Amino acid sequence: MTATDVRLQPKKKGLTRRRKRSLSRGVQYVVFVAAVIAFAVSADWGRLKNQFAQGSIAKQMFPDVITLALKNTVLYTLSGFVVGLALGMVIALMRLSSVGPYRWLAGVYIEIFRGLPALLIFIFIGVAVPLAFPGTEIVGGTYGKVALALGLVAAAYMAETIRAGIQAVPKGQMEAARSLGFSPARAMTSIIVPQAFRIILPPLTNELVLLFKDSSLVLFLGVTLEERELSKYGRDLASTTANSTPILVAGLCYLLVTIPLGFVVRRMEAKAQEAVK
Amino acid sequence: MSEQPAPAGPEIEVRGLRKSFGDNEVLRGIDLEIRQGEVVCVIGPSGSGKSTLLRCVNLLEEPTKGQVFVGGTELTDPDVDIDAVRRRIGMVFQQFNLFPHLTVTENLTLPQRRVLRRDKAAAAKVAAENLERVGLSEKADAYPASLSGGQQQRVAIARSLSMGPEVMLFDEPTSALDPELVGDVLAVMRVLADEGMTMMVVTHEMTFAREVADRVVFMDGGVIVEDGSPEQVIGAPRHERTRHFLARLLDPAMAQVEEETSDQVGGSG
Repeated sequence: MTATDVRLQPKKKGLTRRRKRSLSRGVQYVVFVAAVIAFAVSADWGRLKNQFAQGSIAKQMFPDVITLALKNTVLYTLSGFVVGLALGMVIALMRLSSVGPYRWLAGVYIEIFRGLPALLIFIFIGVAVPLAFPGTEIVGGTYGKVALALGLVAAAYMAETIRAGIQAVPKGQMEAARSLGFSPARAMTSIIVPQAFRIILPPLTNELVLLFKDSSLVLFLGVTLEERELSKYGRDLASTTANSTPILVAGLCYLLVTIPLGFVVRRMEAKAQEAVK
Repeated sequence: MSEQPAPAGPEIEVRGLRKSFGDNEVLRGIDLEIRQGEVVCVIGPSGSGKSTLLRCVNLLEEPTKGQVFVGGTELTDPDVDIDAVRRRIGMVFQQFNLFPHLTVTENLTLPQRRVLRRDKAAAAKVAAENLERVGLSEKADAYPASLSGGQQQRVAIARSLSMGPEVMLFDEPTSALDPELVGDVLAVMRVLADEGMTMMVVTHEMTFAREVADRVVFMDGGVIVEDGSPEQVIGAPRHERTRHFLARLLDPAMAQVEEETSDQVGGSG
């Protein structure tokens, strides 16, 4: 029965649209409350508190969790971001090049590195490369490896974002620049790219959030105590104390950064929307 | 290659120019000469190829065939430094195309600094002079988005002038403007014309063409149909197509209908 039928014959059997809507909402509330009650009753609260929220263990994590683990996570993320941005820029320009092989190469790179799990890249950089090329050292030790692994993955995504940003700059901008005597390269760097970056600031910040989380893959590189980041630090401490509190604290540290960043992205997007209007 | 005996020759010379977009031939053999200091208005229905012709003159569109000379240099010569030649040719677009991320002053100084390698102070001085010329000194620190269309177009003209061009090309400079803003832009162009700038103007402003132009060129279907003084081309057109076009311009209600049915050919505007 369609809505129109109901309205035409309001006195008949069957529900009006308004009643249907309130019924559906009622059912959802009932399910929600039932689930909460079921969880509250079935969970062993004492044990959960013991596992996840032991004040003494949490206290013991400070200040290292911030001064060492969070600091390293931020360092890994930023170095990966810088490498990814530089490489992504080059790949984006190659993708837009008038030279066929460049476009083709860039396309292949993007497809490969977007299609592979980041974990596999980490293992590749951390294990396969040293085995395949004995004696070669990636500059910067663990930091260099992480920057490279994260950067390789991020570059593929950023290249597509940057390309989209460049193409979103109106064609007239390039024409105006060229007619003023700018060479194609100079027009790109002075006029087009600065505008493209304004457009892609929100997606780039999103990429930063993704990298921040992906930096946890350092776990698989084998790092020294001083090179541990949040996830590794949390896991190590969880196993030595046989308690999950460190995992919870590490998780909160991630959220401490990702939630504000997400907020910033939404603000920028809203602002960009307004600017369009 | 073809270094023309410069001073005596025409400032702009177009020879046998043809331009196709795919199968669509927009320009079918254009020959045109514009002397130094001359103001030439190009009129014609939409799709007649007039904008494409203008864009071929600074090689924003690559001609399919034919030659274009500006100030004695052949632009269509593949070995010519097109960026160097374009510095001598100012271009004003229908959509202004100011750089939105820069202030008005930066719009005027950045090209001077990057392209002409002027130092900061010299560029700022030239920018200030040209803003004064278009009557917008008080908007020096504004961003383009905060200006009216007419003000943006005057800034665009000032930006071109800051490069010290020998020739100015105008591609329907007032077509995107609200009617009450057209006058300010035309006034600036009129002063430029009086100062002796060589100008090629694609426009629908018949009053401007009649009063300011030294010559009016009427194009239709990718060819020049009529070329002569404004009195002759607008006042006493010889060709039926010109008469028809002018009649439609004078009776906009009729023009509306005709515009929709006439084929919209490539090239912006």
